[in-house]
Amino acid sequence: MVQVQVERFDYDVIVIGAGGAGLRAAIEARQQGKKTAIISKSLFGKAHTVMAEGGCAASMGNVNEKDNWQVHFRDTMRGGKFLNNWRMAELHAKEAPERVWELETYGALFDRTKDGKISQRNFGGHTYPRLAHVGDRTGLEMIRTMQQKIVSLQQEDFAETGDYESHLKVFSECTVTELIKDGDRIAGAFAYWRDSGKFVLFSAPAIVLATGGIGKSFKVTSNSWEYTGDGHALALRAGATLINMEFVQFHPTGMVWPPSVKGILVTEGVRGDGGVLKNSDGKRFMFEYIPDVFKGQYAETEQEADGWYADQDNNRRTPDLLPRDEVARAINSEVKAGRGSPHGGVFLDIASRLPAEEIRRRLPSMYHQFKELADVDITAQPMEVGPTCHYVMGGVEVDPDTASSIVPGLFAAGEVAGGMHGSNRLGGNSLSDLIVFGRRAGLGAAEYIDALEQRPKISESDVDGAAARAVSPFDFPSSGQAENPYSIHAELQQSMNDLVGIIRKEEEVQAALDKLAELKERAKLVAVEGRREFNPGWHLAIDLRNMLLVSECVAKAALLRTESRGGHTRDDFPGMDSKWRNTLLVCEAYDDGARVTPKEQVPMREDLLELFELSELEKYYTDGELADHPQRSGS
Amino acid sequence: MSYKGNFKVWRGDADGGDLEDYVVEVNEGEVILDIIHRLQATQAPDLAVRWNCKAGKCGSCSAEINGMPRLMCMTRMSVFSESETITVTPLRTFPVIRDLVTDVSFNYEKAREIPSFAPPKNLGLGEYRMKQQDVERSQEFRKCIECFLCQNTCHVIRDHEENKENFAGPRYLMRIAELEMHPLDEADRERAAQEEHGLGYCNITKCCTEVCPEHIKITDNALIPMKERVVDRKYDPVVWLGNKLFRRSGSRH
Amino acid sequence: MKAGVGAPDRAQISERTYRTDRWWAYPLSTGGILLFFTAYALVRYFMNNYYWAPEEHYLTPLYSPCVNAACVPGSSHFGTFIPSYASWIPLGIITFLVLLGFRATCYYYRKAAYRSLMFSPAACAVPEPAKKYSGENKFPYVVTNGHRYFFYAALIFACINIYDAVLAFHGKNGGIGMGLGTVIILINVVALVAYTLSCHACRHIIGGKLKHFSKHPLRYRYWQFVSKLNPRHGQFAMISLFTVIITDAYIMAVSADWITDLRIFN
Ligand SMILES: Cc1cc2nc3c(=O)[nH]c(=O)nc-3n(C[C@H](O)[C@H](O)[C@H](O)COP(=O)(O)OP(=O)(O)OC[C@H]3O[C@@H](n4cnc5c(N)ncnc54)[C@H](O)[C@@H]3O)c2cc1C
Ligand code: SF4
Ligand code: SF4
Ligand code: FES
Ligand code: FES
Repeated sequence: MVQVQVERFDYDVIVIGAGGAGLRAAIEARQQGKKTAIISKSLFGKAHTVMAEGGCAASMGNVNEKDNWQVHFRDTMRGGKFLNNWRMAELHAKEAPERVWELETYGALFDRTKDGKISQRNFGGHTYPRLAHVGDRTGLEMIRTMQQKIVSLQQEDFAETGDYESHLKVFSECTVTELIKDGDRIAGAFAYWRDSGKFVLFSAPAIVLATGGIGKSFKVTSNSWEYTGDGHALALRAGATLINMEFVQFHPTGMVWPPSVKGILVTEGVRGDGGVLKNSDGKRFMFEYIPDVFKGQYAETEQEADGWYADQDNNRRTPDLLPRDEVARAINSEVKAGRGSPHGGVFLDIASRLPAEEIRRRLPSMYHQFKELADVDITAQPMEVGPTCHYVMGGVEVDPDTASSIVPGLFAAGEVAGGMHGSNRLGGNSLSDLIVFGRRAGLGAAEYIDALEQRPKISESDVDGAAARAVSPFDFPSSGQAENPYSIHAELQQSMNDLVGIIRKEEEVQAALDKLAELKERAKLVAVEGRREFNPGWHLAIDLRNMLLVSECVAKAALLRTESRGGHTRDDFPGMDSKWRNTLLVCEAYDDGARVTPKEQVPMREDLLELFELSELEKYYTDGELADHPQRSGS
Repeated sequence: MSYKGNFKVWRGDADGGDLEDYVVEVNEGEVILDIIHRLQATQAPDLAVRWNCKAGKCGSCSAEINGMPRLMCMTRMSVFSESETITVTPLRTFPVIRDLVTDVSFNYEKAREIPSFAPPKNLGLGEYRMKQQDVERSQEFRKCIECFLCQNTCHVIRDHEENKENFAGPRYLMRIAELEMHPLDEADRERAAQEEHGLGYCNITKCCTEVCPEHIKITDNALIPMKERVVDRKYDPVVWLGNKLFRRSGSRH
Repeated sequence: MKAGVGAPDRAQISERTYRTDRWWAYPLSTGGILLFFTAYALVRYFMNNYYWAPEEHYLTPLYSPCVNAACVPGSSHFGTFIPSYASWIPLGIITFLVLLGFRATCYYYRKAAYRSLMFSPAACAVPEPAKKYSGENKFPYVVTNGHRYFFYAALIFACINIYDAVLAFHGKNGGIGMGLGTVIILINVVALVAYTLSCHACRHIIGGKLKHFSKHPLRYRYWQFVSKLNPRHGQFAMISLFTVIITDAYIMAVSADWITDLRIFN
C-alpha cells in the first residue's frame, strides 16, 4: 500500500481545463461570488485553444449587415446535418456576439473594419463573413485575453483581501485523474502535480469539465498531447453519458510533409482569403464534389467563385469553402484516384491568388509555419495539404441551458461537451461555443451550489483508491512481460487512424474493436521506470486508460451508425439516411468498458423549424417528421 | 537521409545534474523536439520535457540549444551539420525542476504585478470603436506566445539573480507598452514602468528581440518607445514645464 | 553564493556558454571600430588644423560650424561669434560635444558600447563579468534620457552640414563646380540625414508618442516614414561613422596639400 500523502483544497467550483471554455467558466463562477479553482495539465495560457487560428463565429453583422442569429443558426444546423442539439445551436447563435464584445471589454484587440468595428472573415459553411479574428492567431488572443481578465480579477481580490488567490486560483501542471462522488452527486476531484508527482485532493460540490478533445488517439492529428480525452473519460467513470462520439472531424487541410509535422493545421483562413485546392493536374477539383444537399448554394464555375470574394450578393461562394467533412472527403478521393501531390496530399494555392505582401499580412503564422517547418514559401509555391484529425463533435451529454450533465454537480463546456455541433462543426463555431457555454457552465454551477442544501463529503477510502490507481504503473507486473506505454500509444493511434479514420467500414471498425480489447489487456501490464517528478512515461500510462475508454466509445458508435453523415463516413453505407437523423448514440461506462445505445432527440421547436424552407428540410427529415409542418399541412 | 546524431542533454534536478551523451537517429525534416521524443520513446522514458503544440504556438518547449535560447519545436535539425554534437540544456535563468523543465512561475508573478487593462467606463458591449492603425502596435505585442525566452535571455536577471525582484523583464515591460498604446486604455502607466517595473534596468542590448520566436521587435517597438514616454513624464524638463504651465496631459491623444 | 547563471536552484551547468557560433565577432569588431573612431576624432580635434580647403570650399563636418574667432578665413559660414580661447581647447569643441553627446546617448551606440566595451552582455546568453548591475537607472547612464536634446541639436547640425554641402559646389575658378570632395561630402550628408531621421527619439517625437494615429493622419504618415528607416538605424549609425571619417580625412588631405582634389568640372 502506498503511503498516501495528499494536499487538500476546498473550493465552491472547480474548473478542469484552462482553455477558452474553462477560463470563461471560471470568470463567470468567480463573478457569481464563488470560490473557484482552475486546474490544467499544462501551464496557464498554453491550453489547446492557443492553437486556434481562423476566428470566432458571431453574427455581429459588421461586414455584411444581413447577418443575424437566425442565419448563423441555420448555417450551424446545416453544417451539423440537422443532428445538432437545436437548443444549443440557438443559444450559441444568439449569444455569441455579446460574448465576443465582452472580450473587448477585457482588452482583446481584434482586427478592425474601416469604421472601427470588429472585422469578420469568411469561413467554410458560414453564409456571410462572420469570424472575428486577429490575423491567424485568434485562439491566442482569446486565451490571453481571458488569462489577463483572470489576472485582473485576482488583482481586485488582492486589493480587497491582500491575497491574489483568495477567490480564484490557477493550479497549473496539475492533472485530474478521478472525480469523486458522494452518493450520486459530485464531491471533488483527485489530481497529481506533474512536477512533483504529489497528490492533490479538491473538494467541491460543483465541477466544470472543460478538458477539450480526444485527437491524440489518432496518428495524424492537429491536436497536442493534452488531447487524451480525459474529460470524456472522467465523465463516463462518474456516471455521465457521452453522445455523438462517432463524429470526429477531419480537417481537410493539415500539413503532409515533412513527416515530423504531418497533421499540423493549415488554417481554413487560407481558403477564406482566396486560397484554392488543386490536384496534380492543376485542376480546381472541388467543383465536382458539391453534394446534393448543397446544390444551388455554391458557385458552379471558377469565374463565379472568384467573383464571390468581391461581390457576395451576386455570386455564390466557392466550393473550396464547403463544410469540412465534404472537403476532407473530396481530398481523400482525389488522392485515392492518383491525382495527389508528391507527398500524398493535394495542393493548396494562395501564391497565385494574392500578392506576396498581402499573404504575409493576412496569414503571418501560416507563412512562418511553412517557411520554418517545411522550407516552403507560401507566397511563391503552393502548399501540400491533406486531412488531419482535428475535433470531436461528440462529448458529454448536457442540458443546453445550464451545461449540466446527468450527474448532479458535474458540468461540461467546450469541446468536451457534445450536441452543439451535431455531426460536423463549422470552423469558427468552436471558439464561440467556448465562450457561450463556458459562461453558461459557470452560471449553471453557481446556481447549482446556491440551491444545494448540504455540501457533499469525500470518503477517505475513495481517496486511497484513487491514489493507488494513480501509482499502479510503477508496479511491475508479477507475471508476464511489462508493457511500454509509448508502444501501446503508438499502436492505438495507428489502428484508430487506419480503421476508425476518415472513411470507415464494418470489418475495419470491428478489427479496431478487437485491437482495442487487446490493447486494454496489455495496458494493464504497463510499467514505468523512474521517479514521480515530471515523469512523462508515467503521465502517458495514466492518459492511456482514458484514450482506450474513449476510443472504445468512438468505435462502438461508429459501428452502430449505418449511414454517412458529417464526421462519420461509412464506405458500406455511403448515403445519409433520414431515419438516422434524429438518433443520438449514447455512450456510458459499462463493466470495465463502454456501452453504446441509441436514443431519440427532442424535436426542434416550431418557430426554429420555420426558419428553414420546407424544401431544404425535406433533404434531411423523414416524411413522417414533416407531416405537421405548416407549409405542408397548410397546403 | 537519416543519420545518427550526437547529443548532449542535461539531466538532473535542483540538487545537481550533468550533460549526458546520447546517439539518436535523425530523419529528414525533423526538429529538436522530435529527437527528444525519440529519446523518450527509446532510451530515456523518464526524460522530462515540457511541450504542447509542436507548432511554435504555445511557447512551452523553450530550452537552450547549443547555448542559444530557442523553441525546441521550431529548431530544425537541418540547421546543424551531421557531425556536430548538439547540446540541449534547460533555461538557465529559472529554477530547474527536472531535466529540461524549469519553474517559470517568476513570469506569472510578474504578470500579476502589471495593472490590468482599464476599460473606458462609458462604453457598453458592442460600442467599442477602434481604428486598425490604432490597434496595430499593440497587436504586434499580443503575438507573444509567452515562451519566456526573452525573460530567460535578458542579462538583467539572467546574470543578476538579485534584480529579479525589481525587474519585470522584457515580456512584461512590453505588456505595459501594449496597454499604454491600447487606444481605449485609460490608465497612466509611464511612471510605474520606470519606478516599479524596472524599465531603467534595460540597457537596450536587444537580446530579447534576438531570441523572440514571434519576431516581435520588443526593444525597438516596445521598450524604446516606453523609455521615450517615460522621458516625457519624468525626465524632460521642457515637457514637464509645459504640462505644469498649461495643465495639459501632454499631446498624447 | 554563486551569482548569475550559477545562482542556487538553477540548473547546475559548469560551462559559461555552449554557444558554438562566433558570438564574439560582433563585440570584437564593433569595439574595435568604436575605439578607432574615438581615437581618430580626438587626434583630429586636437590637431586644430587642416579643416578647411579654401580653394574647393570644403569644410570638414568635424569642425562645422566653425564659429570661433580663430577659425581660418572662409571657413566660418555663420560668422565668428565666439571669441578665440586658449589654443589647447579644440576649435571644434562645440561640434565635438554635440556629435559625441548625440552618438553616446544614441540607442544604437549604447547597445554597441554596452556589448562591446562593457560586455554587458557581450552576446546573448553569454554571462557578463560584472557582479552588480543597475542598468540605466543611475548616473551617468541616466543622462541618456536626455537623448532627444542631442537629437534636436543634431538636427540643426545636419542642416548646417547640408548647407556646407551646398557650398562645396564651389568652382575653383568661381561659380559652380564639383570635385570628388563634393561627392564625398554629399554621400556623408545623406548618411548623416538617414542616421538622424531614423533616430528613436525622432520616431517618438514625430508621432510615436500619440495614442491615436487615426486622429493625426499627417503625423501618422511621418511616423510611418521614420518607422521604415528606423529598423536600419544601426546600419546608418555605422555607415555615417565611416562616411564622417572618410570625409574628414579627405578634406584634411586636400587642405594639407597631401593630395589634390580630383575635379569633375570646374
Ligand atoms: C490547430 C487548431 C486550430 C483551430 N482553429 C479553430 C478556429 O479557427 N476556430 C474555432 O472556432 N476553433 C478552432 N479550433 C478548435 C478549438 O480551438 C478547440 O476546439 C477549442 O479550443 C477547445 O477549447 P476547450 O476550452 O474546450 O479546451 P482546450 O483549450 O483544449 O483546453 C483543455 C484544457 O483542459 C486541460 N485538461 C485536459 N485534461 C485535463 C486533466 N485530466 N486534468 C486537468 N486539466 C486537464 C488542459 O490542460 C487544457 O488546459 C482549432 C483547433 C486546433 C487544434
Ligand atoms: S533589450 Fe533590455 S529587456 Fe531586452 S534583453 Fe536587453 S536589457 Fe533585457
Ligand atoms: S516576447 Fe517573444 S520571446 Fe518574449 S515571451 Fe513573448 S514570444 Fe517569447
Ligand atoms: S511545443 Fe508549443 S511552442 Fe513548441
Ligand atoms: S540617434 Fe540613435 S537613437 Fe537617436
